[in-house]
Amino acid sequence: MNLFKQFKNGLSRSKTGFMGRLDHLFDSGDIDEEFYDELEETLVSGDVGVQASMKLVDQLREEISKRKIKDKEDARQVLQELVVNMISPGKTMFTSASINEPTVILLIGVNGTGKTTSAAKLAHLYKQSGNEVMLVAGDTFRAAAIEQLEIWAERAGVDIVKQKSGSDSAALFYDAINAARARNVDVVIGDTAGRLHSKYNLMEELNKIYRVVERNLPGAPHQVLLVVDATTGQNAVVQAKKFNESMPIDGLVLAKLDGTARGGIVLNIQEELDIPVCYIGTGEKIEDLAPFDPEMFSRALLEKN
Amino acid sequence: MFSNLAEKLQGTLRKIKGKGKLNEKDVDGAMREIRLALLEADVNFKVVKDFIAAVKERAVGHEVMESLTPGQQVVKIVNEEMTRLMGQEHSGLETGKSRTAIMMVGLQGSGKTTTAIKLARHLRGQGRSPLLVGADTYRPGAVKQLEKMADSIGEKVYSNLEEDPVDICREALQVADRENCDVIIYDTAGRLHIDDEMMSEMAEIKKAVNPEEILLVVDAMTGQDAVNAAASFNDSVGLSGVILTKLDGDTRGGAALSVLAVTGCPVKFVGVGEKTDALEPFYPDRMASRILGMGDVLSLIEKAEASIDQDKAKEMEQKLRKQQFTLDDFKEQLGQLRSMGSLEDIMEMLPNAGSLPKELKQMSFNEDNFKRIDAIIGSMTKEERQDPSTINSSRRQRIARGSGTTVQDVNRLLNQFKQMQKMFKQMGAADKKGMSKKMKKMKNKFPF
Ligand SMILES: Nc1nc2c(ncn2[C@@H]2O[C@H](COP(=O)(O)OP(=O)(O)OP(=O)(O)O)[C@@H](O)[C@H]2O)c(=O)[nH]1
Ligand SMILES: Nc1nc2c(ncn2[C@@H]2O[C@H](COP(=O)(O)OP(=O)(O)OP(=O)(O)O)[C@@H](O)[C@H]2O)c(=O)[nH]1
Ligand SMILES: [Mg+2]
Ligand SMILES: [Mg+2]
Repeated sequence: MNLFKQFKNGLSRSKTGFMGRLDHLFDSGDIDEEFYDELEETLVSGDVGVQASMKLVDQLREEISKRKIKDKEDARQVLQELVVNMISPGKTMFTSASINEPTVILLIGVNGTGKTTSAAKLAHLYKQSGNEVMLVAGDTFRAAAIEQLEIWAERAGVDIVKQKSGSDSAALFYDAINAARARNVDVVIGDTAGRLHSKYNLMEELNKIYRVVERNLPGAPHQVLLVVDATTGQNAVVQAKKFNESMPIDGLVLAKLDGTARGGIVLNIQEELDIPVCYIGTGEKIEDLAPFDPEMFSRALLEKN
Repeated sequence: MFSNLAEKLQGTLRKIKGKGKLNEKDVDGAMREIRLALLEADVNFKVVKDFIAAVKERAVGHEVMESLTPGQQVVKIVNEEMTRLMGQEHSGLETGKSRTAIMMVGLQGSGKTTTAIKLARHLRGQGRSPLLVGADTYRPGAVKQLEKMADSIGEKVYSNLEEDPVDICREALQVADRENCDVIIYDTAGRLHIDDEMMSEMAEIKKAVNPEEILLVVDAMTGQDAVNAAASFNDSVGLSGVILTKLDGDTRGGAALSVLAVTGCPVKFVGVGEKTDALEPFYPDRMASRILGMGDVLSLIEKAEASIDQDKAKEMEQKLRKQQFTLDDFKEQLGQLRSMGSLEDIMEMLPNAGSLPKELKQMSFNEDNFKRIDAIIGSMTKEERQDPSTINSSRRQRIARGSGTTVQDVNRLLNQFKQMQKMFKQMGAADKKGMSKKMKKMKNKFPF
């Protein structure tokens, strides 16, 4: 999988980052209380959350006595399996079954997580695999959000549909679908304004976009992606819950995983809401997007801080 | 909704009520709850460890004050310790000099550009003349964003996309002289703390412009990793302060404590919205109770006291007591509530307000909504306002037409009103003294 190679390249930039952790191995030796504490702390420090971390370590204890495991390295391996079993990767390069109608993908999330950049990366990805792609500048609110996406559209070499700043985003999406039909576009990728999930009006506005899109094209949006910043703590769970209420989420983009944050909160989101991670963001360049790999993710998560 | 730590602690410590001093076992039990609360609030686990150790040392053997339960006593100590850690009071900007340079730094998307604008507006309000400098030549549209926002508040921007950020910043010094600006605010690009190249660029900008303030802009929703980024930024350039953004959300904001613990820098401001005026001073005591999950009681009381006319409140109390709350009163209340934010915001600041009915939760007092409600109530007859049960479906249609709304809007309002009446009834029953007293009472419940 060539995407996977990109993932590795993107992450190997730094030794201290996400990828750097993969080189580090736990010391081997006996399994004692200190070891369990250390594991729990490692999970907590990766933003898994204290309750979920305790639960995982308890499960590990059970497995260890059941399988009569003696070595730390083996124990860590088991914990890693437990984590991997908790998560299933979401769909990547998803397209709807219909060949006559465009596939609509929407990016939503709180402020500054990486929606616009991820929209551009997705546009690039779909275009690379031969699709006719169209970006929709659905953030009509933030200053220069449209200009930002325009520059990306140019770099990706794809069409962009936009309106004046301050205009109605839902109406723009309605028109964008018509434009996509007229231009025989395969994939429509919509950016939306960042908004805090606690703001009722803004969430209603998002719901309106959803209804309008669905009215113009039944079945759409085909993939709604919540963009979560990997540095986010426990708040990400509420984010997912609230956004999911305004528009059913199909998966996450876990952005900014090229830093030192490990994004463990996605485990809770998967557990509580059954929303998988589809992609990870690994940098600021257009090709810095990769499919989510549970194996690699859990390995990095469990390395010592 | 925030869980009420004070109550939980009450539970763990109930047994020792009446005993004179807190013993080690009591304190250990309480510390478990506190540890959990802090970790759930995203305070870094190492910071939590140190903090717990410090609090424990202070708490064991501590005399329980006459007026407090042991649970409250522990919370008081925890809160004091945390407030102390976060700085005793609000600390302002270092802008005494004739010309001041302020540099915004931070991770990607934390809110640097927006905050630079907010600061410019704030300083303009203090009679300063700011120049904004667009030093992010990397992110698409970054300078454009700064320019557009600056334009909206009538401020100047200097940038040059053809040039190196370090050169732009250096040149800005001359531009500021030429334009008679006495504050220069540098908006730098977002960068990862492990990106060596970008980190040294930041250090070079610092060398070139020698700023009085280097402010780390931190997203309040940040988790455990906040310490790593903050420590690295501090190591490379030496921060003078922190600005916490996006605090208008519902995050507990434990990152504030983490960042303070590793940098020792004060939080100078907090961002509470996307608008250019959504900047507030940082109050350590409020932040402490927010992180601890006790509700921002103090700030609520302040807000309520400032915006509710005292006489009107008294009158309202009477009505509540007699349960004569009408749609007319409702309309008047809305006008006052509007200046306090949405009902949900208000309730979120109240501990134990988990039971707000769904209909009310979704009600927000923004300008639009307020106008709509105002119009609907305005289209009712006096009789209808006194007794909404007379409003049948044909009357609803008339009211909708009259107010330019829909029957659904009217229904929603009537429903919300009913819920509110019910809620006030419950409040009234729980406390015959009415609402404003109830708020005061709440203040006493948290004696800090
Ligand atoms: N290091 C890194 N930076 C990223 C990644 N994705 C996005 N960014 C950066 O994060 C910042 C915010 O990205 P945007 O795409 O503008 O975020 P957004 O969610 O659209 O922001 P709003 O529209 O303002 O809510 C920018 O500086 C991006 O370059 C990533 O995967 N890694
Ligand atoms: N709700 C809320 N949103 C905020 C606040 N501060 C900033 N934002 C939003 O957060 C997003 C990112 O803000 P920016 O100012 O672009 O962040 P930045 O740090 O300059 O981002 P980069 O330059 O890409 O690194 C935007 O959508 C802002 O509107 C705040 O206090 N509250
Ligand atoms: Mg955006
Ligand atoms: Mg910026």
